[in-house]
Amino acid sequence: MFAYIVRRVVATIPVILLVALFVFSLLYLAPGDPAAIIAGDQATPADVDRIRASLGLDRPFLVRFGDWFWHVINGDLGVSIFTNLPVTHMIAQRIEPTVSLMCLTLILSLSLAIPMGVIAAWKHGTWIDRLVMMMAVFGFSTPVFVVGYLLAFVFALYLDWLPVQGFTSISQGLFPFLRNLILPATALGLVYMALIARITRATMLDVLSQDYVRTAKAKGVGQRGVLFIHALKNAAVPIVTIVGIGFAALIGGAVVTESVFAIPGLGRLTVDAILRRDYPVIQGVVLMFSFVYVIVNLCVDLLYTVFDPRIRY
Amino acid sequence: MPAGYTAAPELPEILPTPKERGRVMGFIHRHPTIVIGGVLVAIMVLIAIFAPYLFTKDPTALAPAKRTREPSALYWFGTDMLGRDVYSRVLYGARVSLTVGFSVACCAGIIGSTIGLISGFTRRLDAVVMRAMDGLMSIPQILLAIALMALTRASVQNVIIAISITETPRVCRLVRGVVLSLREQPYVEAAIASGTRVPVIIWKHIVPNILAPLMVQATFICASAMITEATLSFIGAGTPPIIPSWGNIMAEGRALWQVKPYIVFFPAIFLSITVLAVNLLGDGLRDALDPRLAKRL
Repeated sequence: MFAYIVRRVVATIPVILLVALFVFSLLYLAPGDPAAIIAGDQATPADVDRIRASLGLDRPFLVRFGDWFWHVINGDLGVSIFTNLPVTHMIAQRIEPTVSLMCLTLILSLSLAIPMGVIAAWKHGTWIDRLVMMMAVFGFSTPVFVVGYLLAFVFALYLDWLPVQGFTSISQGLFPFLRNLILPATALGLVYMALIARITRATMLDVLSQDYVRTAKAKGVGQRGVLFIHALKNAAVPIVTIVGIGFAALIGGAVVTESVFAIPGLGRLTVDAILRRDYPVIQGVVLMFSFVYVIVNLCVDLLYTVFDPRIRY
Repeated sequence: MPAGYTAAPELPEILPTPKERGRVMGFIHRHPTIVIGGVLVAIMVLIAIFAPYLFTKDPTALAPAKRTREPSALYWFGTDMLGRDVYSRVLYGARVSLTVGFSVACCAGIIGSTIGLISGFTRRLDAVVMRAMDGLMSIPQILLAIALMALTRASVQNVIIAISITETPRVCRLVRGVVLSLREQPYVEAAIASGTRVPVIIWKHIVPNILAPLMVQATFICASAMITEATLSFIGAGTPPIIPSWGNIMAEGRALWQVKPYIVFFPAIFLSITVLAVNLLGDGLRDALDPRLAKRL
């Protein structure tokens, strides 16, 4: 057990290094002079020189990477070209709304999608099953921001039940926090729910035809017991895997959802940085999110042993 | 014939023989999703090709005096804040989405399967290539596309390149997986044993077996690329604002969506229907080409 955890943790180190190398070298893969591109069309030669110097473009690639990576390890993601503030500082300022949004989405999606998938598999072939599958296809086919606008239009503008936009910190009370965040979380969660419901249904269909499920039924375990204890636990590994992989969609979706609902989080920071061509900020956000994504998938790997004690790599 | 009995009705009246039912009807009956998806995609392609002849105006013509008109007989989908006809812009927008979707599916499909084939056949290269792909896949897709777009000038071509880079690892993994399992097949071993050269083995024995899963994957990539393009344009890192794409129209309608929701609404509908159609096509193809998998999902 312990050896497995250590091995998995050690195995993620090269991945993180690679991601860092990719994120760093993106700047140099682009055609043309990166400094000139970041400076934009209206820049003076002096601006370009200033940016080139601030990015350290005048030194050899590996030296720059080593230097940059050393700073990253020490928690220094560089300085924004636009605001001259440290990128870590800017990220720290904006992290709360994004974390809140993603946590709520995660809770919402998991608590809705898994039962939906289980019921669809149980009622295989009925209208419930078809409804869930239709929802899943719909979820895959609609971009996050379209769902966001649709929900905001119906529940905020038309029915006037919820606020249209904005964010309230959880420190100002749970209810206003939820009122503001429930629409964005639903919009963001739809794709995720589609993904999870679909894989849950598929795996459950597989598991429900196994001998031990028949045995459980035969010895008199109730329907709910069979579904949620005997079957779901054995279906857990693929479900947890997709929860981890789908986390990328959640991160990407959060960036867009925040623009729709005017949430002052990391997504807004990214969008603003794109418009200002503030590359250090973009680099910092991409690196941080990739790191989170790798860690989430590491946790998923470790969870395997909880759900399936047979797994020992 | 004894009294009281009537002649049995002619069989063909109850059940048309397979020949009479025809190949077309049979196909529709067996693969409804392919047909629905295919027809919708075909309609969108036709709209994109014949956009200039479908009662559209110049999608970029400004008419400040006629801005933000509600949908009417004159402006079917209304006008935006610069007085441009939303109907024309949405129809022309189909061109961008379909071009991006199709090009990305082709680029990622070809590059990804080439890398996957080579990687699956060269043990020494395999570890290095697959670690690189793991690294690339560890960066959330939209963020990678954003980072790539932030470094290049906005153009449709760059959008296609950026999205292709993010999609390639998935194709690569799929193809490599198939290649690895095919390599152990007796007929491939026989071909190796009989001294067939590697390029011939790849071309004659491996590639035909990859085509089916690759085609299904390419359809899903096409759908995903259209969503990514719209998302990039929506947040201002995609197609240049001067070109009417669905993402751009929605981005422009964003400021006004609470009072003039139709500017966002119409491109959203078109985008969703197109992506849905491509996804249905992909689902149908997968079911038709791999019945074993279809039963599970």
